[in-house]
Amino acid sequence: MRIPPRAVHLTMLGFLWVVTLSAVATLAGIVGWVLWRGLPSVTPRFLFSMPEAAGAEGGIASVILGTLFIIISAVLVATPLGVGTAIYLVEYTRESWVTRVIRYGSDCLAGIPSIIFGLFGYVFFVLFLGFRWSILSGALTLALMSLPTIIRTSEVALRSVPQSFREVSYALGATRWQMVLRVVIPGALPGIVTGIVLALGRSMSETAAVIFTAGTVLPDRVPSSPGDSVRTLAVHFYILATEGATDAQPRAFGTAAILVLAILVINVSAYTLMHRFLARYR
Amino acid sequence: MTPLIEAKGFGVSIGGAAVLRGLDLHVMPHEILSIIGPAGSGKTTFLRCINRLSDLVPDLAVSGVLTLEGRGVFAPETDLADLRRRVGMVFAVPIPLPRSIYENVVFGPRLLGIRDRSRLDAIVEKTLRAAVLWDEVKDRLGTSGTKLSGGQQQRLCLARVLALEPKVLLLDEPCSGLDPISTAKIEEALQELKPQLSVVLVTNNVKQAARSSDRTAFLLMGELVEHGRTAEMFTSPTDTRTNDYISGKFG
Repeated sequence: MRIPPRAVHLTMLGFLWVVTLSAVATLAGIVGWVLWRGLPSVTPRFLFSMPEAAGAEGGIASVILGTLFIIISAVLVATPLGVGTAIYLVEYTRESWVTRVIRYGSDCLAGIPSIIFGLFGYVFFVLFLGFRWSILSGALTLALMSLPTIIRTSEVALRSVPQSFREVSYALGATRWQMVLRVVIPGALPGIVTGIVLALGRSMSETAAVIFTAGTVLPDRVPSSPGDSVRTLAVHFYILATEGATDAQPRAFGTAAILVLAILVINVSAYTLMHRFLARYR
Repeated sequence: MTPLIEAKGFGVSIGGAAVLRGLDLHVMPHEILSIIGPAGSGKTTFLRCINRLSDLVPDLAVSGVLTLEGRGVFAPETDLADLRRRVGMVFAVPIPLPRSIYENVVFGPRLLGIRDRSRLDAIVEKTLRAAVLWDEVKDRLGTSGTKLSGGQQQRLCLARVLALEPKVLLLDEPCSGLDPISTAKIEEALQELKPQLSVVLVTNNVKQAARSSDRTAFLLMGELVEHGRTAEMFTSPTDTRTNDYISGKFG
């Protein structure tokens, strides 16, 4: 017997609804749970004072600032390198074995576990270059980790700009760089920003690579130089949750809540800024 | 009078396959030359050689001579940006850039570093009037060029090219997607522009060639079959293939 197409349609619609709903519900559940457990501990004192008693007392101001310094420096290093590589690959080369090797290399880089990046950062930046456990070592390691994400997303975004826009730019007397700067980059910006925001989020939540390179020492003052060792939010949460005393648990969840909120804020503000910038390219 | 554009024994091959062979054709100042011929006859390729957009095609090789104002288009010392400012091009599909009508028109001048607002304003009004679009958009120059209708978009593209005050206008089937009224407006604009520049009009529409051009060239399979004054060619073609094509027996 043939099942009526309308019944199939309705069944599939219901199925897709359930699937989508469960995916969204899981996500909302995790975020909601972290915020519900963590937000009560988030007080002005928690945000703005230094940690005491290995994090069981006091706040996380030095941890928040250390995290910000590390991820901002990482993105400042990775963005020009990553976007520049993508522009070179898409706009300045014809597809050849060289571009394939670069792309393959960057894809392989994306598949390497973060702890291996941590080990590399430890051996190269911390020991060999003598940067010790520091914001600098951590940021450079995270920058390397972010590169494949930024290269890949930027490349896809640049390729999605219609070829005809490039032809029009040339036909109107643009040099290659004028074409890239005035037409291709504005067109690709949403995708490029998505890649950078993804990289920011992943850097922020990274633990293994930063434990190796930025250290785990809980600073009791605001980090003031790239050579200072810091503990990031994610690492702080990990240590409090696994090694801290039971009375440190509320602060662990408070830290997690801040981590989640910060990633949210980064996402929203990055896209708002981008849309404001792109308003004249509609 | 010396020709503005002159091709002598000009040939093009892409990946070894000949697309154009031994083309001898010229464009005089202040004339409209239309190039007709079926798909794959090399019309667009010829057009794209004149402003060197052909550089974007991999494995394209040229032979023979192609000059603009007496200088070799494919000469090594050719400044591409400068060449393309002297030879404006309008594509088959209207391609407004994703920005305002105003910014579309001043795209070329801005590349030249013109920033003065009153100068840009003057360019916008002058070129939009020349493209018979000014009255339709003068109150909304800030809206996106992509929001215009197809015919308006194509006239915007025409204005954008005129902003560079080119010597030659290359039109690649500019009306292929347009309704008769928009087509008429483009043809009207071309007649108005003739005192200032030369036009090479590639068209699939034989009637458009007959209506709006001074001379016509008929290309077939990469070879120039016949060219001459439009009026003569459409009344008494010398080659039977021309006759068959313009009377609609094939194409």
